[in-house]
Amino acid sequence: MAIVTPSSDRIDVRAMLGDAGIADVLERLDADLVGLQPVKQRIREIAALLVIERLRSELGITSQKPSLHMSFTGEPGTGKTTVALRMAEILLRLGYVRKGHVVTVTRDDLVGQFIGHTAPKTKEVIKRAMGGVLFIDEAYYLHRPENERDYGQEAIEILLQLMENDREDLVVILAGYRDRMETFFQSNPGMHSRIAHHIDFPDYTTDELFEIANLMLDRQQYRLSSAAQEVLREYLVRRREQPNFANARSVRNALDRARLRQAKRLCEQEFIEREDLFLIDAPDIRASRVFTDSV
Amino acid sequence: MRLTQGTFSYLPALTDEQISAQIAYALDNDWSISIEFTDDPHPRNVYWEMWGLPMFELRDPAGALAEVRKCRETHPNQYVKVNAYDRRLGRQTTALSFIVNRPKHEPGFALERIESKDRTIRYSLRAYATREPHGNRYAE
Repeated sequence: MAIVTPSSDRIDVRAMLGDAGIADVLERLDADLVGLQPVKQRIREIAALLVIERLRSELGITSQKPSLHMSFTGEPGTGKTTVALRMAEILLRLGYVRKGHVVTVTRDDLVGQFIGHTAPKTKEVIKRAMGGVLFIDEAYYLHRPENERDYGQEAIEILLQLMENDREDLVVILAGYRDRMETFFQSNPGMHSRIAHHIDFPDYTTDELFEIANLMLDRQQYRLSSAAQEVLREYLVRRREQPNFANARSVRNALDRARLRQAKRLCEQEFIEREDLFLIDAPDIRASRVFTDSV
Repeated sequence: MRLTQGTFSYLPALTDEQISAQIAYALDNDWSISIEFTDDPHPRNVYWEMWGLPMFELRDPAGALAEVRKCRETHPNQYVKVNAYDRRLGRQTTALSFIVNRPKHEPGFALERIESKDRTIRYSLRAYATREPHGNRYAE
């Protein structure tokens, strides 16, 4: 790519961004994901750093290859997996990974059942993820402090070695709930120091959840009646207060149940109009357990 | 005598870069990579030792190439080959196989004449290396 001509010292950054298609990915990130301002900010910063690093290396300015391992912490359902997929795309477009696929694993995929089983298992997963992103969901399960002979430690050690030596081949993203990830990093300081980017995913506000709900319904070609909109807001406010609230995931589940009730309601009627198939009405949401329990 | 088995065997030894490109080609075709080694070069010896398990679901050649390097390091003076298996129905066979490491000195084969019934002569090949027991062949 001839962005830089030797005769001039001026560099067209816009063209560089446009060439890599980064602006495009970032825009889609903005459009598809509601809220998450701090996360988007960090990703923009990382993308900017990568662009500049590439520029520097093209100009022959010596610079170390930036460490790209990341940790995503946040409550359930705040979009960690989705952002990981986008991150892989950004890294691919900038040429920091070769294939840009994401291999999602949990403890079960890395840790073996008996002595000598863990290392080959972990290495196999790593080989599959090479050229892309290894996304370790609920990474804190790798470390079991109550059992010092747990094989999880072996997997962690292999990962550490790889994160140091094979930076060119693999980007590791650890993800998990905030408080448990903190304890995990405390007991594995080596892991903490090898991860350059710690990104925290904030909880969604009720307004953001409402927007997410509308976005989801829109994609499935449903609409809320104006009464249903009111009820949904009230539902979200109540649901947040209850245990096991999982942000966007809870919203999706609530909508799935509303669709069930809508379908049942329609089946009980004699005649329906085409419009009814799209419409989710207030009673469909009102029937939720969230309303009956607390009243 | 330079052993000629598998693809590319009449070419000079492939560099790591070229090996990597060949593995990438195999992966692009959805073939799975496995690595094998042996110290018995007889052409009818189809059962080479497996270097670990075959590698499935690879996307990038880096992982397989790392295994090739490790196998070479462990068995610097033996034959090492890379196989690519095509799992598609109707093929289900090795689609590509090439040698990536060979002993420094390859003594070659002896032609043996076996006299059988009625003074008929039958011919057989025997690798000079296999006069030694397994493990001592190709000792430097």
